[in-house]
Amino acid sequence: MERAIREQLLADRAAGRPVVVATALDDGEQRLLHHDEGTAAFAEGAAATLRFDRAETREIDGRRWLFNPYNPPLRLYIIGAVHIAQSLAPLAAHTEFNVTVIDPRRTFATAERFPGVALDTAWPDEALATYTLDGRSAVVTLTHDPKLDDPALAAALNSEAFYIGALGSRRTHAGRRERLAEQGFGEDQIDRIHAPVGFSIGARGPAEIAISILAEAISVLRTGQ
Amino acid sequence: MTTTNTAGAGPDDVLEQAAAWREAGRDVALATVVSTWGSAPRRPGAQLAVTAAGDMAGSVSGGCIEGAVIAEAREVMEEGEPKLLEFGVTNDQAWEVGLACGGRIEVFVERFD
Repeated sequence: MERAIREQLLADRAAGRPVVVATALDDGEQRLLHHDEGTAAFAEGAAATLRFDRAETREIDGRRWLFNPYNPPLRLYIIGAVHIAQSLAPLAAHTEFNVTVIDPRRTFATAERFPGVALDTAWPDEALATYTLDGRSAVVTLTHDPKLDDPALAAALNSEAFYIGALGSRRTHAGRRERLAEQGFGEDQIDRIHAPVGFSIGARGPAEIAISILAEAISVLRTGQ
Repeated sequence: MTTTNTAGAGPDDVLEQAAAWREAGRDVALATVVSTWGSAPRRPGAQLAVTAAGDMAGSVSGGCIEGAVIAEAREVMEEGEPKLLEFGVTNDQAWEVGLACGGRIEVFVERFD
C-alpha cells in the first residue's frame, strides 16, 4: 500500500467517511473509492461492499480486484431512557452499534438503570445536533411523548440516518404524521419513519420488543427494507 | 449533563498499528484475506500487519496460516512485489492444525509503505 493511499485512507476513517480500497490482485495497483467515484464498475463495487460491509472480489476488464470496505461505526440514538431502552441499548452495543440514550428526564436517564451506556440529558434535538448523524446512524424514539419524540424525529428526517423508528400505535403515528406535516415535512420524508417500530414478531415485553426493533434496523441496513 | 461516548476504536486498528510501525521506520507488510471457501475462520477483508521483526497485529486465520504468511511477508518486504497466496486444508489436515473443518483461504500480501 502506497504511503499516499494509506494516509488518505486513515484520514477518511478519522473523518468518518466511508471508503473502499480496491486492489488489483495481479500487480497490486490500488485505488481509493468513495461513494460515487470512478467508472460504473468501480462505483457499483464500492457501493455494494459498503452497504453489506463485506469485502469481495470483482472482475473488471479482465482483471481481478479485491474491494475492501472501511465503513464508519454504526450508531444508534435511543430517545427515551425507558424500559425498552434498557434492553435495546445493550443488545445494540453487542451488535457493534455505538449507542447513546437521550432523555432530559433525569429520573429516567440514570447510570443505575443504564450501566455502561452513554447517556445524554440534553433535549433530544439539541443532543442529536452534537452527534454524528450519518448514513450509518439509526434513531429510535421510545418516549411516546411528542414533546420529546417529535424534535428527535425532525432532526433524524433532516439527516441521512439509514433507519428511523418510532414507538407507538398506528393511531399515535397518524397524529405524529400530521404534526410533522405541519412542520413542513413531505409525505415521502415522513414515510422514512418505521412506525409502529420493529418487526411484527408477536413480541411480549421490553426485551422482545427491543429484539424486533434491532432486527428491523439491521434488515434496513443490510437489505434496504 | 452529557456523558461522552467512550467506545473504543473500531476493528480496523490493524492499519493504525501498521502506520505507527512504519512511522517508526520499520518495514511492514499487510496481508488481507481475499476470498474463502468452506469453513474459514476469518472473512474476506480481514487483515494482518507484520513487521520484519515478526510483530503482528490482526489476523487472517485462527492462527493456522499466520506462520506461513509471515514468512512470505518477509520476502514481500524485501522485494516489494505483492503476492497472492492460497492455502488449502483437507478435513483431516484441518483437524491436525486445529481448524474446525476444511477450507481454503486466499491471502494478498503487500508491502506497507
